[in-house]
Amino acid sequence: MLRFILTRVSLIIPTFVGLTLVAFILVHLIPGDPIETLAGERGIDAERHARLLSEYGLDKPLPVQYAVYVGHVLHGDFGLSLITHQSVIREFAALFPATIELSVCAVLFAIGLGLPAGIIAAVKRNTPFDHGVMATALAGYSMPIFWWGLLLILLFSGWLALTPVSGRISVEYFVEPQTGFLLIDSLLSDQEGAFRSAVSHLILPTIVLGTVPLAVIARMTRSAMLEVLGEDYIRTARAKGLPPYWVVGAHALRNALIPVVTVIGLQIGSLFAGAILTETIFSWPGVGKWLYEAVNRRDYPVLQGGVLLIGTVVMAVNLGIDLLYGLINPRIRHTR
Amino acid sequence: MVTEVADIVPVAQRGPRHPAREFWDYFRTNHGAVGGLMIIIGLLLLAAFAGVVAPHSPIATHNDAFLRPPVWEAGGSWTYPLGTDAIGRDILSRVIHGSRLSLLIGTLAVSIAFLCGVALGLVAGFFRGIPEIGIMRLVDIMLTLPSLLLAMVVVAILGPGLINAMFAVAIVTLPAYVRITRAAVIAERARDYVVAARVAGAGRWRLMFSTVLPNCMAPLIVQATLGFSAAILDAASLGFLGLGAQPPLPEWGTMLADSREFVLRAWWVVTFPGVAILVTVLAFNLLGDGLRDALDPKLKR
Repeated sequence: MLRFILTRVSLIIPTFVGLTLVAFILVHLIPGDPIETLAGERGIDAERHARLLSEYGLDKPLPVQYAVYVGHVLHGDFGLSLITHQSVIREFAALFPATIELSVCAVLFAIGLGLPAGIIAAVKRNTPFDHGVMATALAGYSMPIFWWGLLLILLFSGWLALTPVSGRISVEYFVEPQTGFLLIDSLLSDQEGAFRSAVSHLILPTIVLGTVPLAVIARMTRSAMLEVLGEDYIRTARAKGLPPYWVVGAHALRNALIPVVTVIGLQIGSLFAGAILTETIFSWPGVGKWLYEAVNRRDYPVLQGGVLLIGTVVMAVNLGIDLLYGLINPRIRHTR
Repeated sequence: MVTEVADIVPVAQRGPRHPAREFWDYFRTNHGAVGGLMIIIGLLLLAAFAGVVAPHSPIATHNDAFLRPPVWEAGGSWTYPLGTDAIGRDILSRVIHGSRLSLLIGTLAVSIAFLCGVALGLVAGFFRGIPEIGIMRLVDIMLTLPSLLLAMVVVAILGPGLINAMFAVAIVTLPAYVRITRAAVIAERARDYVVAARVAGAGRWRLMFSTVLPNCMAPLIVQATLGFSAAILDAASLGFLGLGAQPPLPEWGTMLADSREFVLRAWWVVTFPGVAILVTVLAFNLLGDGLRDALDPKLKR
């Protein structure tokens, strides 16, 4: 097991190095003078230019610059935002819980609906229910989620006036951030209605972000279940006279879950892509909106740091799932 | 059942059916895929004859008709069947002309990603060692970044615009083609027919392009079809974020970005461009699923 863990961990090191290289080159690829890019001003006079050049270390050869950059990164120094002059890592840390909260809710929503829908569709194969689930899943999979978000706002916030349009909580509540997760913080704060407000703000973004994973999970669960339900051991279980719900729920589901878990893990990257759009539509103060604004304001240190941090998070999550997978399924652990 | 039995006898006399014929017979039983194909043909026609079909110019503003509702709502008229936007442009005409942009972006982005991805995948599959490690590491790095974030980075470097968004989408979708080609090449290389070609004296280039590549095409064709829907979605997302096609171009995502502030006042401004994106992406996904079923021998029969 230890060998398995060590091989997996060592495999991501080159990817991480490559990621730092991409983030490093990014600032140099942007057209124009890197000093003006990094300082965020134009028309800097020659003397100040030279001073900034040495201040940022850009007068050194590229490999040295890269080494210095990696050194900073490994010490947790990702530079300062050009707009807010705050440390990039600190801004990221402050906003990241909002993105996690939204993503976790979206994944739970997707699993909670997609898993049962996929199982029932597989059991009732070729019935109207099955066709309905598959058609809905295909539509969800093809959905431009930014438009979906606008439609839901139109329906639930506009016509039905049920949910708020944007933000994480109504302005009348001020919740002291303790964990950064507003659902927990608002419960801890003892303010009347704060938790309700936080939940009502979370509903639409959760649906929007969860739609594509929901469709993927429903499709994957259905096809994995269909495959497993055709196996001999299922026939044996049925022949023994076990109740059908037990055969499906206990015997079949356990093996069908393996590919489904993989697919859920693979959704992490696309979940973040979705978070950029969802957070932008609902003014959700998370990392996705932060990066979108960084691109628009040409805040390159934020973009550079954000790319590296997000890439690292995705990599770490994938590694975690890989390890978990080896833990669950001994066949994978022992193959290499 | 009876007809099937009747069919088998003449087939044995005629010899095997042509593969294209066999493919088509299998494909057309999939109603979803045929439906998707029809929608795509319809969209191509619409794009080709947009100038004739569209009642107005997509960028002409009509000062007397701001935010007119569609024809079936009170206050709507046949002059603007789907209503007008905030500066009086006909939405139907813009949606029709938008099909040109989306199909263009889809075609070019998929072509670029396909050609570069297949080339890199072939190299990685044939030249084991340093080229393979280098290419596959690069692909791994690209896959650690969420596609939209990577596309945003590319646009941040190149600057916003239709063409740059297209390049961004092509780069983002590249890894899938590299991985599929490499996996297919490695699987095919060990097959007897490749060994036979090698023994017969086929050179490396001949092996790569005429012996192995045609036999790797099935998964690539499926991926390219599904890639169309991904490309159209990604380009529309970039347009929506203001990083893709710039106004006044009638790109569907850009139209949605323009309409955001009118969500609660004029539902038609928001609805129709999104329907256009959904229908187009759905059509390519249906076609891709159908092609996969028809081309994948494991699922066949």
